[in-house]
Amino acid sequence: MKAMRMPSLGADMTAGTLLEWHVEPGDRVRRGDIVATVDTSKAEIEIETFDGGVIDEILVEPGTKVPVGTEIARIREAESEAAEAARATPPPPAGENAAPAQPPLTGESAAPTRSPSLAEPSPSAAAAPAPSPHVHRVRVSPLARRIAAERGVDVAAVTGTGPGDTITRADVERAAQAAFAAAPAQAPPPALAEHRPAADRHASLRAAIGALMARSKREIPHYHVAQVVDMSAARTWLDAYNAARPPRERLLLAVLLLKAAALATHDVPEINGTFDNGVFAPADGVHLGVAVSLRGGGVIAPAIHDADGLSLTDLMQALRELTGRVRRGVLRSSDVEGGSITVTSLGDQGVDAVYGVIFPPQVGLVGFGRVAERPWAAGGMVGARPTVIASLAADHRVSDGHRGGLYLASIDRHLQEPEQL
Amino acid sequence: MTAADREQRLHLLSEMLRIRRLEERCIELYSSAEIRGFMHVYIGEEGVAVGALQALTPDDNVVATYREHGHALVRGIPARSIMAEMLGRMEGCSRGRGGSMHLFDAGTRFFGGNAIVAGGLPLAVGLALAEHFRREGRVTVCFFGEGAIAEGEFHESMNLAALWQLPVLFLCENNLYAMGTALERSESQTDLPLKAASYEVPAWSVDGMDVEAVQQSVRRAIEMIRGGGGPCFLEARTYRFRAHSMYDPDLYRGKDEIAAWRERDPIDSFVARLRTDGDLDDPALGLIEAAVAEELDDAVAFARAGTLEPVEQLARFLYTEAVP
Amino acid sequence: MSGAVASTVTFREALREGLRAAMAADERVFLMGEDVGRYGGSFGVSRGLLDEFGPQRIRDAPLSESAFVGAGVGAALGGMRPIVEIMTVNFSLLALDQIVNTAASLSHMSGGQFHVPLVIRMTTGAGRQLAAQHSHSLECWYAHVPGLRVLAPATIDDARWMLAGALADPDPVVIFEHGSLYAREGEPPGPGPVDLAHAEVRRAGSDVTLIAYCNGVRIALAAAETLAGEGISAEVLDLRVLRPLDADAILASVERTHRCVVVDEGWRSVGLAAEVSALIMEGAFYDLDAPVARVCSAEVPMPYAKHLEDAALPQPERVVSAVRGLGLGPR
Repeated sequence: MKAMRMPSLGADMTAGTLLEWHVEPGDRVRRGDIVATVDTSKAEIEIETFDGGVIDEILVEPGTKVPVGTEIARIREAESEAAEAARATPPPPAGENAAPAQPPLTGESAAPTRSPSLAEPSPSAAAAPAPSPHVHRVRVSPLARRIAAERGVDVAAVTGTGPGDTITRADVERAAQAAFAAAPAQAPPPALAEHRPAADRHASLRAAIGALMARSKREIPHYHVAQVVDMSAARTWLDAYNAARPPRERLLLAVLLLKAAALATHDVPEINGTFDNGVFAPADGVHLGVAVSLRGGGVIAPAIHDADGLSLTDLMQALRELTGRVRRGVLRSSDVEGGSITVTSLGDQGVDAVYGVIFPPQVGLVGFGRVAERPWAAGGMVGARPTVIASLAADHRVSDGHRGGLYLASIDRHLQEPEQL
Repeated sequence: MTAADREQRLHLLSEMLRIRRLEERCIELYSSAEIRGFMHVYIGEEGVAVGALQALTPDDNVVATYREHGHALVRGIPARSIMAEMLGRMEGCSRGRGGSMHLFDAGTRFFGGNAIVAGGLPLAVGLALAEHFRREGRVTVCFFGEGAIAEGEFHESMNLAALWQLPVLFLCENNLYAMGTALERSESQTDLPLKAASYEVPAWSVDGMDVEAVQQSVRRAIEMIRGGGGPCFLEARTYRFRAHSMYDPDLYRGKDEIAAWRERDPIDSFVARLRTDGDLDDPALGLIEAAVAEELDDAVAFARAGTLEPVEQLARFLYTEAVP
Repeated sequence: MSGAVASTVTFREALREGLRAAMAADERVFLMGEDVGRYGGSFGVSRGLLDEFGPQRIRDAPLSESAFVGAGVGAALGGMRPIVEIMTVNFSLLALDQIVNTAASLSHMSGGQFHVPLVIRMTTGAGRQLAAQHSHSLECWYAHVPGLRVLAPATIDDARWMLAGALADPDPVVIFEHGSLYAREGEPPGPGPVDLAHAEVRRAGSDVTLIAYCNGVRIALAAAETLAGEGISAEVLDLRVLRPLDADAILASVERTHRCVVVDEGWRSVGLAAEVSALIMEGAFYDLDAPVARVCSAEVPMPYAKHLEDAALPQPERVVSAVRGLGLGPR
């Protein structure tokens, strides 16, 4: 028997509210399957099981807030294949009596093939890849359902106000707006399953970010270094690259910056890792946190794992998906865990340079301002070139200005050879 | 009897034989399932269509029923077109859309081919009404069976045509049976010309088994109509030797009755008369039969080699494609 | 009235003007039907036309629907452009064979050899206490038949101009004139022509689409006015053409408003509103915030007594009610 515990989904998370279970006892799960949705102080996150097996017991009811580390479910070992098969649906007889691919008779999920001779459904759905959630019969208008899917709203948690308690578009839109509210980090009130009004959640989120940043400033001795980087080579290369490709295959400049920041940690590894209990632990890989601003205020920094090994195309894809999940308010636990260094790019906002605050327990925060035409002297001549100011905020307990400067120099070098990224 | 007359008489014979042999081929093809659906053959009644259509010009209008293979052939629709239509081919006169009951041909002003008993009568009245406005010199001949007389549309059409004095010949082919219903079981008054006359329409009967008698009668009627005398009604008394359709077990007629009528086969009796008059001998008959056989062989081969209309064209011609 | 321009005209007058203009423009056009000549038309549409065009072209027919509708088909085949008036849709049942089996089928059945440029006008609808056999709304029967085009004028402009378009159509066209509209007054018609393919938004709105035709348009507009007073913005779509339905217009409206009520004077079962509803379900399912509602006649032969007839027919109040039933408005 294995225990599944409330995971830590952020440096500042001390407890989480179990919002909804997507499995029930008896369901077969594999490592990586999504089993529940948890409300952290910042977002609703789908959590996965790291163990495969069969859900044995659910220990925490939806709506309950429990500290990180609390056992929330038990998973038992899966039976042998033979034992499972013996309990599973017998194969349908060949010939006229077979009913291949019968549509489900009711709203419940159906086994892939259904033998007409079966008296009752088997306890475990044979070979079901992911356990399908048990959806109770909620009336949802087609429009509402579509919008819910687009916004990542779970209709099961929405209250319907249409005729017959039907969930309408208006109901879903209300729920979508409320999705970003967060419980306050300190002294949480008793957990409630329903969503709080948008204003409350926004305030809670701000409070949580504030607490994190205050802790960072309080505990981490920051130093800052910055460098102006010539972006003409990168810009030229990128324009040519994009011109030869259809829109969906094109790259954003930001992707080059991210890759450069990831690769540069190979030269200065003490920028990449965590500082805990007085000890610096270098990360096992370059898990690049990307700061994404939230609608309604606030910022979150989910991580792209092993960013240094991703091709530019894959990095672009990962960035796109990550941003999408953030916007929909549906992050995975793997997104928010394990970042080893964070990049923040405020170029869109028009600032020249970022002097940021490190996300504990990380030890470095890389900043990029906007790409702007600036005067540049080279070979005795003065001209205008596209440039960006790269900055580093780093933990002085782990590195110093010299090392920080080398890191930025490495970024610069990488950006001069964009085709190598 | 001049040579021209003799030619004309042989022509009548030849036309009747074309119909007879066509119908016999159709029966074969139906039995082998190359022709499907409903099929109604004209065997025994050839004298009526042949005699009547001789009196028309290409500018006149012809409206017929579902027993119209013979009318279509003699009116001038090629045997190939008719056969291809029966086999559902695109080369058929109705593009394979109509089959046995819906033969149409704009070129010969052959307005069908109608499967609704008495359905063609108002149509014929309308064609005559157009002539009334346009004065193009057209007479409309409407063929129908005596079963149509029970339908309201017959009476409405007779009345309208008489009221407006329209140039239409109502030619009733009385073969005594409307499918399985004998005339005397269907009409309280079986004197058909009497019924027609009650609408103030000149009406009389003719022996439908005598092709020359039919021809004469129809010529007279057409003359009257062209002269502005309004509609006419002609009852052609005839008989079909075979059942109503291929599905009909023909249980409602006595064998004796059929045998008695067969004695009066319009083709046999005309052949006999021609021989007696010295207008026909065996070689001449043989030549006619050979020519007919060749025409039909060719028609069947043509039909069998025909193409099926592509399914994508199913909705074509639901509405007119080009503004005339 | 020499020289004076009327400030309003009636629906009937607009129809008459359409008839007169068509007859004057084309010698092939003639009108045939019961009491169209001496009587001036049983609904007064052809009054005065006999004097103007004579008895050949304004042709009184005996009570022989089948014969004179079939004769209309034949005359069209023979080169004329007949307008056949069937007094009401109730009597058209006697001519259904000629309309469905001949007029609608001839072109397709003959492989495109014959086309039938026939226009059939019929009065339709209830509301004047004419009882069961004189109150039918059978537009859906005709809209069901391939080979026909079916029109439903609801405005003065359409009454004036749809006939010209119908006469120009080389194929059979059926025009339904609702009996309750003949006397309604409105602004004189604008210049034509009008198209015979599109529905028309008579009142723009954003919360719900009311789809209607013939007299239903008037009812829907009245309902929209009431709803506006409750803060509900209703869009009214006049179908104008019942076959082929303007699916694009229907779907475009519902995609914007997300809710729909169909107003149809026919009986609810297996009717025109059912077709519109199916169309919306097929094409705009994921845009619907509520099921499509239908306001139709009660499933009874139309009764004579006024209160019963009123209860059996679509009314603005029933449309308002249906809209509220979709979740709009005060609870």
